[in-house]
Amino acid sequence: MGDVEVRALNGVSLSIEAGEFVSVIGPSGSGKSTFMHIVGCLDRPTSGQYILDNQDVSTLSGDALAAVRNKRIGFVFQGFNLLARTSALDNVELPLLYRSGIRTSERHRRAHEMLETVGLTDRRDHHPNQMSGGQQQRVAIARSLINRPSIVLADEPTGNLDSRTSTEIMDIFQRLNREQGITVILITHEREISEYGRRIIRFRDGIVVSDQTNASQRSAGDEISDLPTAADPVVSELLTRPR
Amino acid sequence: MHVLIILRVALKALARNKMRTGLTMLGMIIGVASLISMVALGTGAQQQIQEEVRAAGTNLILVRAGNFRGRGISTGMGGAATLTAKDVDAIREQVPGAVYLAASVNTRDQVIAGSQNWSTQIEGTDIEFPMIRFWDLQYGTFFTQTHVQSAAKVAVLGSVVSDNLFGEGVDPVGQRIRIRNQSFQVIGVMESKGSGQFGQDQDDTILAPYTTVQKKLRGRTGTNISGITISAASPDEMEEISAQITAVLREQHRLVSGEDDDFMLRTQEDIASMLTGITETMTGLLAGIAGISLVVGGIGIMNIMLVSVTERTREIGLRMAVGAKGRDVLFQFLVEAVVLSVVGGLFGVALGIGLAEAVTRFLQWPTAVPANAVALAVGFAAATGIFFGFYPARKAARLDPIESLRFE
Repeated sequence: MGDVEVRALNGVSLSIEAGEFVSVIGPSGSGKSTFMHIVGCLDRPTSGQYILDNQDVSTLSGDALAAVRNKRIGFVFQGFNLLARTSALDNVELPLLYRSGIRTSERHRRAHEMLETVGLTDRRDHHPNQMSGGQQQRVAIARSLINRPSIVLADEPTGNLDSRTSTEIMDIFQRLNREQGITVILITHEREISEYGRRIIRFRDGIVVSDQTNASQRSAGDEISDLPTAADPVVSELLTRPR
Repeated sequence: MHVLIILRVALKALARNKMRTGLTMLGMIIGVASLISMVALGTGAQQQIQEEVRAAGTNLILVRAGNFRGRGISTGMGGAATLTAKDVDAIREQVPGAVYLAASVNTRDQVIAGSQNWSTQIEGTDIEFPMIRFWDLQYGTFFTQTHVQSAAKVAVLGSVVSDNLFGEGVDPVGQRIRIRNQSFQVIGVMESKGSGQFGQDQDDTILAPYTTVQKKLRGRTGTNISGITISAASPDEMEEISAQITAVLREQHRLVSGEDDDFMLRTQEDIASMLTGITETMTGLLAGIAGISLVVGGIGIMNIMLVSVTERTREIGLRMAVGAKGRDVLFQFLVEAVVLSVVGGLFGVALGIGLAEAVTRFLQWPTAVPANAVALAVGFAAATGIFFGFYPARKAARLDPIESLRFE
């Protein structure tokens, strides 16, 4: 078994421009995870090239890749991956700790600014276990943005969230993309979620089976305003309560 | 990554699990505390010995008759009949720095007084003995030149002998004691002096003129003595005076150059350094045993760090994903281990000093905590942290970020 070669990705050639909102969709084993690892500089291709911001990063050493991840990639995971028993502010600051020459005051200022971007200023001192899933994911988004990355890579970011919170999270991604021009790559296996992207890339068995502009892009913002419950104080209370 | 940031991250991580942190530190605390208290005990004993030796007089020189070798037989030190009272006179005349001198001839025997009897050492000595040993009399007088010359059967008792033969607090001057079926008159009792450098009871003795011991108790003909006790004028000229005495004795004994001394000369300082050497060895041994508990504490740290690395695999994966290099992760865990060991070490120092104080207060044992031992203990604790923290830290640093992020 061990010597059977598995090609997780085979002959994939893609180009993603700055400012795009790309959804990558495919069933498990389709190669989308491997694609994400390579795009996220967590892994290197066995052969082939990955050019990020005009730089070939496919041959960089582990430490050099860490530096690239630190400066150019923001990760948002399905399981949030926040540090337990650590305040939201400290969680957001985390990537800055691995960057030299940033003063503590500057770190705080930027972390605060990022929490503001995701609308969590009042939760800065809360620990993850004191926040709802949606709030935790927003902290994670703030963390991914703090180094002003070239790409925000979101791996099933709504996998652990209910549909309403999912819509809110997608709204944040769409606004970041629209208002700040941040490149978002969304990895998902859910068709509905992928439809928030302006371009959808479909993987199957290690190859790209389709790569199209999404003519019917969903707008999370419009969907939220259509939901009647937001105005209802009881529901709103229920939604913001930690679960 | 900045050192202060690493430290802060490590402290936060340790603060997240206070119970575990405390228990892990306990290993180091106990290790360092036992090390410090053992060294404190040893050092205290050393200092006490040195003080006692100084109290006995740093200007003391002891000469003993040498080894006799002939026809394949060695008698051991003091066995050769090489020293005589004439040697004492020669030193007295030719070495002005030798202020007080006393020939000594010792034996051991049963002493009887009335219905009581006691076995003790009988020290044959000379009239200057009280000056040499800074030792005063409690009752009566010391023997005189006349007693020595006539080998008079007089005795000065040590307080222990007096107490055992005549009862405590009784003045026995004028009473008679029997040694080897000969009657001796008690003319004095020495003040109580307590135990000596070797732990022997200095008060368990009888002093008599060396001539008396020579002729009446040892039954030897001739004028052989087993040693000479000399008090030098000043402790600063010990080497010079020792050399002069050696020269006089060699001449007296007609030893040609190249021939070995047929006597042995020791100063009080030599004895002190020998005793100090013994306690140093003991201290080293105790410290070594205590050091083992430090190693055990270190293994405790390694154990907990390994558990911690496994538990925090996802955290490590996340840190790597957001830009931590292997080196950053390595240092984070290494610093955690070192903080555990050093903080534990500092608490251990405090506890060790406290234990030493308690021993002094409740058991009246002398203790002293040397500063270099404290520095050494903390340094050793830090080294233990680095040594035992390195393996878990390296394990953390070598984790694969993708695998770690998926770890459940």
